[in-house]
Amino acid sequence: MTALRALLVRDMRIALRVGGGAMMGVLFFLTVVTLMPFAIGPDLELLRRIGPAILWIGALLASLLALDRLFAADHDDGSLDLILMGRLPIELAVAAKGLAHWLTTGLPLVIAAPVLGLFLNLEPAAIGAVALTLLVGTPALTFTGLIGAALATALRRGGLLLPVLVLPLTVPVLIFGVAASNAAVVGPVPFGTPFTILCALTLASLVVGPFAAGATLRQGME
Amino acid sequence: MAWIDLANPTRFLRIVDRVLPWLTALTVLAFAFALNGAFEAPDDYQQGATVKIMFIHVPAAWLGMFCWGMMTISALGTLVFRHPLADVAAKTAAPLGAAFTFVCLLTGALWGRPMWGTYWVWDARLTSVLVMFVMYLGLLALWRSVEDPARAGRAAAILTLVGALNLPIIKFSVDWWNTLHQPASVVRLGGPTIHPAILIPLLAMTIAFTLLFVALHLGAMRNEVLRRRVRTLRLLQAQTARGA
Repeated sequence: MTALRALLVRDMRIALRVGGGAMMGVLFFLTVVTLMPFAIGPDLELLRRIGPAILWIGALLASLLALDRLFAADHDDGSLDLILMGRLPIELAVAAKGLAHWLTTGLPLVIAAPVLGLFLNLEPAAIGAVALTLLVGTPALTFTGLIGAALATALRRGGLLLPVLVLPLTVPVLIFGVAASNAAVVGPVPFGTPFTILCALTLASLVVGPFAAGATLRQGME
Repeated sequence: MAWIDLANPTRFLRIVDRVLPWLTALTVLAFAFALNGAFEAPDDYQQGATVKIMFIHVPAAWLGMFCWGMMTISALGTLVFRHPLADVAAKTAAPLGAAFTFVCLLTGALWGRPMWGTYWVWDARLTSVLVMFVMYLGLLALWRSVEDPARAGRAAAILTLVGALNLPIIKFSVDWWNTLHQPASVVRLGGPTIHPAILIPLLAMTIAFTLLFVALHLGAMRNEVLRRRVRTLRLLQAQTARGA
């Protein structure tokens, strides 16, 4: 348990210090949302209607692009080998790293979403719904992305490989995240239906992600 | 002969060399029979001659899905049993699966133009096939980004398994998404039953396509085994040249 906590605290500390990318995700999120009206036009009515979708796409890209260095940085300085050789089961270590990554990049996105929702002329109910669905949904994005991050590290390939591999896997999360946000405002289905499915997807990814990423790292480091 | 006997690539090559000519002949015969049936098949009373696109479209769709299933079994062979030919099978199946999925999308678009009046609709079934196609391309990108086939094979196997878990979920969510966004106005292919006059050629085409897939796949596996041998020989050559 101490090893787990130590790993968690270490990863968060690295992310928050100079050189860590904790705030970069939020900055990217803000930039994407700022760019959207330039492409779509300043029509507030239209922005209100597609606002939840814009926020979700922005959060999706921000949380995946930040994953690039998750294992690669540890691999470069050799600490990944130490973590893999340690007594902590590799799946737990991967899960701890994923949790630390979500706390430093996913959670800020959730906190930033209501502010960005104001830019997009969202109603208070829609803002609440988007923030709630992002809170539940972004862990699924991070933990699915763990697989891509592990693959990129095991193959020593960075760049676009990770999003190309992971983005198709996030289709269900995106569908139910946006659907729940819209359901809260316009219906026709009750908010609970897509929202509980979103919760289920997150729980499933919490299990599958660390196991697949752990297996990848184990295979890749041989 | 157990499947483990095939673990010896030389024996595998010998068997493929013996089987492949017969399989090719069988495929040609099956296509001759099936295409004849397809030409003889009557036009649909609503869709006219365009219904015949289905004779290519449906088998291609079936193979697109079948191929991922085969790659999933190969992935288990790579990760669990360490069967040396499993990742050869998985690697050579991926381009075939992508090609058949592409044929499925293309013929679907050509059929959709006269029938629905548009090349593409965001119908649930079309969309999930498109996502599967993108995943095939991602897998190909992964194979192409690493030189060492063994390492790429294990990584691709994990991604294939994750994809196999995820594809049904994607299918389910896309179905849900579509029914939410669109009324059930999109024309759906086929009524409750298909007339035997069309069904029999369709089944024949499916068998012919599957035979074609198996033949192409065995040939591609043979090429891949030989390609890896060439690679090993080249590496050895480079090593001895440096040592001298």
